Amino acid sequence: MKKILMPVAAVALLALIPYVGVEYAGLSYLFGVVIPYSATLVLVAGFLFRMVDWLRRPVPFTIVSTTGQEKSLDWIRQDKIESPSKPWHAAVRVLSEVLLFRSLFRNNRAELRKGPDLAYGSHKWLWLGGLVFHWSLLVIVLRHSRFFFLEPGPFFQFLEQADSFLDVTVPAFFMTDALVLAALSFLVLRRIGDAKMRLLSLQTDYFPLFLITGIVVAGIAMRYFAKIDVMPVKDLALGYMKFSFSAPGDIGSLFYVHLFLICVLAVYFPFSKLVHMGAIFISPTRVQLNNSREKRHKNPWNKPIKFRTYAEYEDEYREKMKKANIPVEKE
Amino acid sequence: MSKYLPKQSELVKEFEEKPSVLKGDYEGREWWEMPFEFREGNFCFPAKPEVIKDLGFPNPRKWQPTDDDWKLPDGWQKILKDAMKERLKKYRSLKLYLDSCVRCGACADKCHFFLGTGDPKNMPVLRAELVRSVYRNDFPMVEKILKGFAGARKLDEKVLREWYMYFYQCTECRRCSVFCPMGIDTAEITIMVREILQLVGLNNNWILAPVSNCNRTGNHLGIEPHTFVQNIESLVDDIEDVTGVKVNPTFNRKGAEILFITPSGDVFGDPGVYTMMGYLLLFHHIGLDYTISTYASEGGNFGFFTSNDMMKKLNAKMYHEAKRLGVKWILGGECGHMWRVVHQYMDTMNGPADFLEEPVSPVTGTKFTNARATKMVHIAEFTADLIKNGKLRLDPKRNDHLRTTFHDSCNVARGMGMFEEPRYILNKVCNSFHEMPENTIREQTFCCGSGSGINAEEYMEMRMKGGFPRANAVRHVREKHKVDSLVTICAIDRASLPPLMRYWNPGVSVYGLHELVGNALVMDGEKKRTEDLREDPMAGFEDGEEDED
Ligand code: SF4
Ligand code: SF4
Repeated sequence: MKKILMPVAAVALLALIPYVGVEYAGLSYLFGVVIPYSATLVLVAGFLFRMVDWLRRPVPFTIVSTTGQEKSLDWIRQDKIESPSKPWHAAVRVLSEVLLFRSLFRNNRAELRKGPDLAYGSHKWLWLGGLVFHWSLLVIVLRHSRFFFLEPGPFFQFLEQADSFLDVTVPAFFMTDALVLAALSFLVLRRIGDAKMRLLSLQTDYFPLFLITGIVVAGIAMRYFAKIDVMPVKDLALGYMKFSFSAPGDIGSLFYVHLFLICVLAVYFPFSKLVHMGAIFISPTRVQLNNSREKRHKNPWNKPIKFRTYAEYEDEYREKMKKANIPVEKE
Repeated sequence: MSKYLPKQSELVKEFEEKPSVLKGDYEGREWWEMPFEFREGNFCFPAKPEVIKDLGFPNPRKWQPTDDDWKLPDGWQKILKDAMKERLKKYRSLKLYLDSCVRCGACADKCHFFLGTGDPKNMPVLRAELVRSVYRNDFPMVEKILKGFAGARKLDEKVLREWYMYFYQCTECRRCSVFCPMGIDTAEITIMVREILQLVGLNNNWILAPVSNCNRTGNHLGIEPHTFVQNIESLVDDIEDVTGVKVNPTFNRKGAEILFITPSGDVFGDPGVYTMMGYLLLFHHIGLDYTISTYASEGGNFGFFTSNDMMKKLNAKMYHEAKRLGVKWILGGECGHMWRVVHQYMDTMNGPADFLEEPVSPVTGTKFTNARATKMVHIAEFTADLIKNGKLRLDPKRNDHLRTTFHDSCNVARGMGMFEEPRYILNKVCNSFHEMPENTIREQTFCCGSGSGINAEEYMEMRMKGGFPRANAVRHVREKHKVDSLVTICAIDRASLPPLMRYWNPGVSVYGLHELVGNALVMDGEKKRTEDLREDPMAGFEDGEEDED
């Protein structure tokens, strides 16, 4: 229980900091300008550092996981995506992982029954929950980027309309807001409800889920309940684009809660499991080509090695070999 | 059976009654508080001091995992940590896989050892977490600042014991990696941890003894050249008894077109020897110009289970011998981890093999372009091509006494991507073939439970637990289609599946693919066949019946 409550408390505390800071200490410059710039810097530098840190390490061997038929005889159909042999096969493979969560789609569930007997069932909930969560977040982030442009292009208008086509509330209700909350609840409940998940989950697994929940809830509250004035927010965002350091206008404290939690997420991102966002693009078992017999793959640190040569072998066994009529090099 | 094995009824009771995470029933503890204990049947004997000395590995001594004092060298923590640092620099895979697991749990119920034991630390994610928790403690990041936040642990002796237990309870089969959204291959982590455990003398005799033998005599079993030849010659006699055909393999012959290398289990072990008879019949049938080497007389490579250097050292013999004999290319027999090494590592470690020619089938003229660089062809590719081009006279009715299913060995499946060739051959040499349930075959195939060098007698209890998912899938086809023959293309499978079948599915026998090919081949000058290569009567060919065509 502690590992669930601690992250909840941490997020609550984090939310309280900017609220108190802005409401009672008037630190809107700190929370509106200083922290966002710093957090962005940490995010970009940290993420780049992690990627470079991975990429500069060699991939000495071809260790692609082959989950489909390799390229072999002409008349045997190769599974080009699951056993790629050309760069574009691997590209499709990785993109289908990134965009559609291909491997998770395969997920099944094993159950031990009396007998004993193992039964397998299809189990696509994680795939669905994960997909909804990530795609909703992406749409939400893209939707937010309109704040950063004076004239948001047709793409953002389209996105906004598509997202709010169930136009039932004022202001228009965004489906992705609801979807992301539903997905978050599913992901948290899944960790709590399943014995295996309960055991393998750490505080670091709950924390980002609660943090994002906090961000979404603050955002929704701002839009539908404790409505805040959008104009100064837009000014602030446009200011970021111009690297302006002028003080923000008068915005409700709730906005700073939203913004601060986003900053926390940004800072947390490069140093936690959230970097999986970058890792998935370069995971050796998925990006490599299964052509290791066709094309030599070089290992940068491969050093020559001393092995027992045939000559040494024959020296030891020559007499026995001769007796058994096995050809030898030296008589 | 083994004295290290409980009766089947006892194990079934344990499966059904003992609470396990799989059944959603465990006390509210954290994973690192879960107890584990070494006891008979769940560990392999450590390597004998003389074997370790012979190989030049560190810390040879007499010890047992059940001992209180493991006689570790001074400063063992530093040795392990430095070794880990070195490997984190040398392998992107290791670093990336330690950093990027999202603990989504997709891999949790995919490991056969978890399914068979219910032990939470056998969930691939937690197996890797045994290392990750230490890694997080030693390599500072935000998580270290927020102590306890990410479950970081110090590398103490308890953790080391856990490593020893659970990294030798992973067969490096990669099933977990198929399902992982990040492509994390827990086997890769197991490989590294085993490699560094060697450095403080934590090892396994069943792995190191074959390595030492292979280094000296050329093969795992330590068979000297004359005995090796004698044994194959006695198989030649057996072939003549059954078929009336005299095959004539040659040894260490210079100038042969092809060097044939297979695991030594096929030369000495039962039922591997019948597969060997199949190869010999096949080569005779097509008049192949080949030779077998007594020096490179091992396809398998247990070095793979100890360290990168050792794997390379043992593997080097294949090319060395091919060069000495002046063959054109190498043909490889049925084996699992041999093919993982040949396919994924050989050319990188010991290539380029530019003294060999690009493999071309001398019978059909087919170019094996997929083996252009390594110059080594898998026998299933070779035979499938022969059949496709109508070069074999086959009578599948000769296997009518068998009702077969096919076990994809994990290395060939997930380390190579060969699924269709063996199925094509099987369908041409026998009339009764039934697939096991879909979540248990092809890329989702289950390990035999004894791979990666834990095929030891004293490990029998764990082997029967880890092999349970495989056995269970066989039981399904046994009940549904009366399957009685489990066909495979791996020498470890041929050694490890028979006891597994005897335990869980009595009445199911294990066959190599080329044994069935050997049964079905209609040879020139053969006598009237009534028995298969095992001298079991074939159905419909009994003496006196006149339906041979
Ligand atoms: S499936 Fe992959 S990411 Fe998910 S818990 Fe397992 S190893 Fe980690
Ligand atoms: S590689 Fe195989 S044995 Fe090892 S953790 Fe994964 S599924 Fe289990």
